[in-house]
Amino acid sequence: MLAKIPELSLILLIGASGSGKSSFAQKHFLPTEILSSDACRAMVSDDETNQAATGDAFDVLHYIAGKRLARGRLTVIDATNVQSESRRSLIALARQHHVLVTAIVLNLPEQICINRNSGRTDRQFSRHVIQRQIRQLKSSLSKLRREGMHQVIVLSSEDEIEAFQWERQPLWNNKSEDHGPFDIIGDVHGCFDELHALVEKLGYHILQDPKGAYQVRHPESRKLVFLGDLVDRGPKIADVLRFVMDAVDSGTALCVPGNHESKLLRKLKGLPVTVSHGLQETLDQLDRENDAFRERTKKFLDGLVSHYVLDSGRLIVAHAGLPETMHGRGSAKVREFALYGETTGETDEFGLPIRYNWASDYRGNAMVVYGHTPVPQPEWLNRTINIDTGCVFGGRLTALRYPENQLVDEAARRVYTDPIRPLNHPAPGLSAQQVQDDVLDIADIAGKRRVQTHLMGTVTVPEENGAAALEVLSRFAADPKWLIYLPPTMSPAETSQEFDTLEHPMEAFLYFQRQNISDVICEQKHMGSRAVIIVCRDDSVAKHRFGVQENSLGIIYTRTGRHFFENPEMELALLNRVRMASETAGLFDHLQTDWLLLDTEIMPWSLKAQDLIQRQYAAVGRAAHIGLAAAVDALTHTARRGLDTADLTSLMTSQQARAEQFIRAYRRYVWPVRSLDDVKIAPFHLLASEGKVHMDQDHEWHLEKLQSLTAADSALITPTPTIRVLLDDSQSIEAGVVWWEQITAAGFEGMVVKPLPFVARNDDGKLVQPAIKVRGREYLRIIYGPDYNAKENLDRLRHRGLAAKRAAALREFALGLEGLQRFVAGEPLRRVHECVHAVLALESQPVDPRL
Amino acid sequence: MLLTISTTRSPATDLGYLLHKHPNKVQTFPLTFGQAHVFYPEATSARCTAALLLSVDPVGLVRGKAGSEGLVDQYVNDRPYTASSFLSVAIAQVFGTALAGHCKARPELVEQHLPLEATIAVVPSQDGTDLIRRLFEPLGYTVNATSYPLDEQFPEWGESPYYTVRLNATLPLHQLLNHLYVLIPVLDNDKHYYVGDDEVAKLLRHGEGWLEFHPERQLITTRYLKHHRGLATLAISRLVPENANDDPASPTSENQAPSLHEQRLLKVVEELKKHESRRVLDLGCGEGRLLRLLLKDPAFKEVIGFDISTAALTRAQERLHLDHLPSHLEGKVTLLHGSLTYRDRRLEGFDAAALVEVIEHLDLSRLPSFERAVFEFAHPKVVVVTTPNAEYNRLYPSLTEGAMRHRDHRFEWTRQQFTDWAHKVGSRFGYAVRIEGLGPEDEAVGSPSQMGVFTQYVS
Repeated sequence: MLAKIPELSLILLIGASGSGKSSFAQKHFLPTEILSSDACRAMVSDDETNQAATGDAFDVLHYIAGKRLARGRLTVIDATNVQSESRRSLIALARQHHVLVTAIVLNLPEQICINRNSGRTDRQFSRHVIQRQIRQLKSSLSKLRREGMHQVIVLSSEDEIEAFQWERQPLWNNKSEDHGPFDIIGDVHGCFDELHALVEKLGYHILQDPKGAYQVRHPESRKLVFLGDLVDRGPKIADVLRFVMDAVDSGTALCVPGNHESKLLRKLKGLPVTVSHGLQETLDQLDRENDAFRERTKKFLDGLVSHYVLDSGRLIVAHAGLPETMHGRGSAKVREFALYGETTGETDEFGLPIRYNWASDYRGNAMVVYGHTPVPQPEWLNRTINIDTGCVFGGRLTALRYPENQLVDEAARRVYTDPIRPLNHPAPGLSAQQVQDDVLDIADIAGKRRVQTHLMGTVTVPEENGAAALEVLSRFAADPKWLIYLPPTMSPAETSQEFDTLEHPMEAFLYFQRQNISDVICEQKHMGSRAVIIVCRDDSVAKHRFGVQENSLGIIYTRTGRHFFENPEMELALLNRVRMASETAGLFDHLQTDWLLLDTEIMPWSLKAQDLIQRQYAAVGRAAHIGLAAAVDALTHTARRGLDTADLTSLMTSQQARAEQFIRAYRRYVWPVRSLDDVKIAPFHLLASEGKVHMDQDHEWHLEKLQSLTAADSALITPTPTIRVLLDDSQSIEAGVVWWEQITAAGFEGMVVKPLPFVARNDDGKLVQPAIKVRGREYLRIIYGPDYNAKENLDRLRHRGLAAKRAAALREFALGLEGLQRFVAGEPLRRVHECVHAVLALESQPVDPRL
Repeated sequence: MLLTISTTRSPATDLGYLLHKHPNKVQTFPLTFGQAHVFYPEATSARCTAALLLSVDPVGLVRGKAGSEGLVDQYVNDRPYTASSFLSVAIAQVFGTALAGHCKARPELVEQHLPLEATIAVVPSQDGTDLIRRLFEPLGYTVNATSYPLDEQFPEWGESPYYTVRLNATLPLHQLLNHLYVLIPVLDNDKHYYVGDDEVAKLLRHGEGWLEFHPERQLITTRYLKHHRGLATLAISRLVPENANDDPASPTSENQAPSLHEQRLLKVVEELKKHESRRVLDLGCGEGRLLRLLLKDPAFKEVIGFDISTAALTRAQERLHLDHLPSHLEGKVTLLHGSLTYRDRRLEGFDAAALVEVIEHLDLSRLPSFERAVFEFAHPKVVVVTTPNAEYNRLYPSLTEGAMRHRDHRFEWTRQQFTDWAHKVGSRFGYAVRIEGLGPEDEAVGSPSQMGVFTQYVS
């Protein structure tokens, strides 16, 4: 025989010892699909015949079976399973995971089992054990269906067992192969006029043949998907049914049932139902149709599948929605949920059941589109969307275009039925997602994380780094609603081995040459503190786009997510200046946005680092100054006595000179800030605006846009001088080196070399460092100490490893942009926060802080 | 780093014999962290000056040698220029004989009181000249300390923490060297090497004959042993046995009333017991002082210690010996790392939550998330919150006007502010609120700490 077994099943082999279950299992199933009680006995006790280990062995078997079913893997239980209590717990397990159970009974005559058993060398059961098992099996046969088996296959002879064959049956709900594109339509409830108009608006051609049958077709072969509740309440229920059935029959539409279809079907089948007003409407309209139509309707409704898994599992449609554990599963409970949703058992002030908000707990990757409960506005929540906009109650009929995620709707011609409960209006200003995102859940960032990024695939964050990042975020960072991006770390050029310093432009150029990059831009590196600026066009944007409660013009935060300014008035004043400059420059209009995210450096250094400068840099400069002067003085006196101190004196005087250079080096980046006029902002990336992360624009675009800000407010916004270098042109390279020499001699920190495109890959498709810094000789003195370039020190300092820094720079770059991409795509805050948290976690890894 | 020692006792050049270093030589000695040079800027019979100059290897300090870790982690540091434990090591190595009080050539000079002058070019002292005087004057020195601006280009930055110190006294040379050997690291308040048990022996040896009479012996001991409490107590008990129980920790405002925190904890425990809470959350448990009380009290059946700091949790784990509990207490306390501004399902379904001196560590802007996380999501039947009473601060003399009790406090509330907040939270999340003071009550400003007890309304 050829049995068809659902591809996701729990298969119980049932048979006495000696009936050949293990051989049968090995013949028909993958070794990994078989869970054998003997193997589990051996696993826990080293002896597969040890009956005393049976309890522990079944614990292990259940545990593994549970894990497999949760992951949607077919699982075969190779155990005698002749007693109803041993089957009961397995059936319960299957039910828990919404998996169908198939029993395959090896119902062989007693004598065969006994003979086989006595032929075994490894172990033998006594004759009466086998006799008892066979008695239990026989008495079980009639009960199996009632116990909850979806399918029972009894093989009663060696020949039948030998002839057995099976194939995997996809579940009805599995339409993974269907990639659409789809137009998904919410609850129609007999609103045929609106449906007709909407479907035409979606670009379908609708024809009706003389017999009244519909032909529906889309020039781009799109498909309609109906979310159920086609019937009841509305004016033209039969027309809707005819339209949908014709479209489904011709393959232009899919349809899942709603609770109203379910009730109608029971009524049509003659089962007792309470006929409410809405159903009466349907029955009256069906009465006007002929028997054939009613029969067709009954058959159609009977064939509807609870939900569909579409587009390789990326899209789920179900009338009342569906939690992730039920996707692609088939059980009564799944059907129940898909039709009715789940209620909390409580009722609201209108006497209607309060629904369990499964969508707020939803964390799946598949998009779930559903209807069932009318809402005033379809809203995304955790990749789910309810598009029932209550057409029959005078709302609208809404369609979601997939994969475009565009909403198209058609207003109701009139109110056909008064709603029992007024359509809820959510709190003004905040979306459902923002309301939910008000407090983030620790489970979304805790533990070892694997963050999926567009640029680099999976980035793994070790648990201990994640814990450190959580501490920083919780204790010091600004409201996570603002933290949509953290900048990546930046690696220096490879250590120069030939020049009189540690970093030289040639090394950066060579790096990019090796990565097959020929066009780079060198930007002057500003020496201040890194700052991310989010500036809003007006103070309502903070609320409606960022979900921040209080009115605000935006935020300025540091690379670890802290407020840059402790003084909120200073922040506000600065944001206001940036906002006005953006307005003057026309950036809001040009980019069609009401907010901008800028990656910047804010100067002076002393603004944020005053304490550090005094405690460390100025103090060391002073100590060196006093100490070395005293040493030189003592040596001078000694020399006057005619003693040879030449070597020592020259050592001390050269240290003295370098100490003075050190003092000059830090002083360059320090000036007092008495008012806003003393602050400078140097923006270098215009990273994001509404709907866009500008990573597809090259650096010239970024700098050109930012130049317009400087033009609007040059007192505050400092431009970033640059030079383009073509790496296949030696003159161009030479010019780049000279430029670096000039700007560093003039006291600037150094330069940053970037591939011209924002995101660059080498010929192997690997991501290339987005930026390499080349710091100047004098700047390095405040990193490596006053005497770093003394010959004896420099050679030792040249030994430094960049690998960890470079790896972190790439990962953080990918994560930072990923977070922004998620934000502009309107994803839930936790998905953005995951990236921000990951950047911070990677930053907590030990990397040489001088790099 | 330069130290000079001069004498005017004629013939002054005898200093060369005492130091075991010839006045007409420039000598160099290798040290683990660099080199020591000894030379004499002046050497007449009227006055002789010996100079000890250290050149510290700045790269070696950070990088260490042959793969071992360095002594400091910043290349930009003052160690090469200032007097520190490096100088003590150099004194011991280069002037070891003199330090021990030996001199073969002029043994009669060893115990002689000589007019001596020591100049240390750069002495770091975060506590100004006051401490320099307190350390040296009781030993008979005339102290002359020169101060410097931090950076003359930025006069608003004030004075630097460095001083050139000249010490004059008439005493045996070995005493001067021993004083310097011990007191220089004390001023610097840092040690470049690991402080172990043998350091106590070293301190006792070099402090012999003077340290036990020094009025600052406690501070000297504590700092010399780099704040290692166990070692400091050990050393003090050997120095002055009757003072063994002195607490050498420097007092802070909170520590001035050491029982306050204990009182607070007992009050919280009492409150939890009054509500018959069995399963309790200690949110922001820190190193586990409240956990200790909850652990040993059989009224509590299950306790969660929750904190944002993994370091604090590790210490709590050790201090409460959670890995070695008697079997009846095993598993009673669970430590969880987490944040109070996130929803955390592990905290749901408990009888009570205690938040002892926690909320003031949260930014005010994060308080709404905290309120929802605790009162709406964790939703225990009882919540006990304590926080400082800002009004009381004026009774702490060490606190300047408007200052807070702890560096990490983001706010401190008056009684009215706390009461207003508590009632707002109570009415939003359905809790009855009771407020009371904790600790001795002052008529005008109330108690040092305040407690809010939130009890869920039964719906």
